Amino acid sequence: MTHPIRASLLVTCLVDLFYPEVGVAMVTLLRGLGVTVDFPPSQTCCGLPLFNSGYQDEAARVARHVVPIFSASEHVVVPSGSCAWMIKKEYPGLLRDDPALGKDAEALADRTHELSQFLVKVLGVTHVKTAFRGRVTYHDSCHLLRGLGESQSSRTLLSNLEGVELVELPGADECCGFGGSFSVRLPEVSTSILGKKIANIEKTGAGCVVACDAGCLMQMSGGLSRKGSPVRALHLAQLLYSEGGSAPLPTPPPEASAGKAGGRTRAA
Amino acid sequence: MSNQASTKPFAERAAVALRDTFLQEALTIATTKFIGLRKDSFAGFPQGEALRDRARAIKEATLQRLDDYLERLADNVERLGGHVHWATTGDEARETILRLCRDRRVKMAVKSKSMATEEIELNDALEQAGVVPVETDLGEYIIQLAHEKPSHIIAPAIHKTKGQVADLFSREVGQRLPADPEVLTAVARKELRQKFLQADMGITGANFAVADTGTIVLVTNEGNGRMVTSLPRIHVAVMGIEKVIPSMTDLMVFLAILARSATGQKLSVYTTLVRGPRQAREVEGPEEFHLILMDNGRSRQIAGELREALYCLRCGACLNVCPVYRQIGGHAYGHTYPGPIGILLTAMLKGDRAVKELAHASSLCGACHEVCPVRIDIPRMLIELRHRLDRERIAPLAERLVFKTFRRLLTSPALFRLSVALGRVAQRPFVRNGRLRSLPLVFAKWTRTRDLPPVATQTFTQRWKGLR
Repeated sequence: MTHPIRASLLVTCLVDLFYPEVGVAMVTLLRGLGVTVDFPPSQTCCGLPLFNSGYQDEAARVARHVVPIFSASEHVVVPSGSCAWMIKKEYPGLLRDDPALGKDAEALADRTHELSQFLVKVLGVTHVKTAFRGRVTYHDSCHLLRGLGESQSSRTLLSNLEGVELVELPGADECCGFGGSFSVRLPEVSTSILGKKIANIEKTGAGCVVACDAGCLMQMSGGLSRKGSPVRALHLAQLLYSEGGSAPLPTPPPEASAGKAGGRTRAA
Repeated sequence: MSNQASTKPFAERAAVALRDTFLQEALTIATTKFIGLRKDSFAGFPQGEALRDRARAIKEATLQRLDDYLERLADNVERLGGHVHWATTGDEARETILRLCRDRRVKMAVKSKSMATEEIELNDALEQAGVVPVETDLGEYIIQLAHEKPSHIIAPAIHKTKGQVADLFSREVGQRLPADPEVLTAVARKELRQKFLQADMGITGANFAVADTGTIVLVTNEGNGRMVTSLPRIHVAVMGIEKVIPSMTDLMVFLAILARSATGQKLSVYTTLVRGPRQAREVEGPEEFHLILMDNGRSRQIAGELREALYCLRCGACLNVCPVYRQIGGHAYGHTYPGPIGILLTAMLKGDRAVKELAHASSLCGACHEVCPVRIDIPRMLIELRHRLDRERIAPLAERLVFKTFRRLLTSPALFRLSVALGRVAQRPFVRNGRLRSLPLVFAKWTRTRDLPPVATQTFTQRWKGLR
């Protein structure tokens, strides 16, 4: 590499507020791979919740706020398939009628990458190290899988991890039932869909289910923890750390710490 | 009808379905089977993807010149000696059929499975007019005996177990029958044979109508469609105007993907092509053939945002993969067309207000878009529909205010940080072992069944300062 790759983090509202450790893991991971990371502080949320509920004008206002924040970024890396999809696939349309920002939105769409895609397709990284040991399974987030057409990058990274056994999740491509506001508009239906997902996760015998979207993680971990299951839902970034890096290890939830997790974590 | 009562809110209807363990089992088994069959069928059919694109393009182009194709279809049907009736509304379509029944002293009508006739609730109208309607598709026959409506576009009795069917049939024939599908099918077959011979009229829908040749195409698996179109002296076909396709070549494209999408079959067991009434040199077929071209709200969608929904082939693939449909089944939707495409069709036929709640009955997972043979972007149109609910002020005021306030927070980092800080304070009494297990107000909708992580003591924005 002639010059270090620079990447701006768009950590998403869920990671910022609820899963900051995912953001920290991402920073450690990317730095370990030689990427210069920055974090523009005026970011809030990509506006996807507004867009999906039909509030397009409001979502466009948010897009107008977000696009200039990243105008100087070489790459924008997002730890969420749905937020990356929003920026890549919807921002250009939302700002189409804006002569100035419309072009910027298109340029931003091209420079924005979901984390697993950034690692594998931009950096060309397929092998990283982890301190995690044991069996894991992978859930395809709907927007990453069907919105961005990505099913391989995460699996490549996970299956190349030493000490980790990746087992396929039955119905991996089926929705976990989150769906943003859907999860509270129709909580019973959402939970019932989640029930199937959790049953499938448990069938794999994995100690950990990995996903690339904080929305799915919130839904799956919410159901697993309510059930008292020892299985944990983790973001891909939490599982990976690069050579020389020291990604913080996820701490098991208190009620599960005494449980018999299929996959044990060990200090690096 | 018992299952169609849409007076209860959708969420309640859904909750009832979720508690029905028979329904849950039946849905899981059937949809899982359909998903697998479809997948295998396309896996061994590499040209399928290109044919799907082609089919979509045909639908797109046909709708742009719909009136030309409909006129050509009508001309050809009349040239063959058939009668064509134009119906602007569902009422008109129903009235046309009732008038035919009156004028021709029809006492009994046998029917082949048709969603178009469900759409206009034809069976009720026939009964009230003193005509006995007899559904001859096995699934439709079952739900007619149960006085229910179809709960799936191609598998109307998908919600029934074989035990429930045995009970229904036992009551009908007045003797106790075993819950054995072969025995039950044989009973239905025997019952229906008589009806085919007695009926004065056969009523069908149309999967396709070929403009160039005046051919009505029926795609079925039981052979009943063939009986309905050939034994009674009158055949009436009811079709939505969007079902017309230009040519027989186009038909081949659709036939190659329709059954694969629906049941994973290369072709359905029967593909019935009907051209007008019995011709002079023919030995079988009806004396009269009537084609009803029904608009019922379709044409005003041609230039609208939901136009793609008019491409729908009614294969039901989007129902089978929909996580919501798979949990609640078709009746909970409360309208003729269930599932993701059903929400769009209902909005189209009954207006946006009718789908105020249903527009949100999707997690937007995109599975429907992925399997649709003509690649209808259902999630995109559901979002569009939600947008219209806001624009037309059909969405509740409180919801609209919440989202508009939310927008303000998201475009003002200072306000956003402030509300995060407030949230962190407000959640304090509810944090147990690093989890939120029970929250009041709207948040209870989440925490009743799931834990929630609390707002972090230090957000990433705050932690970044130490990471720089």
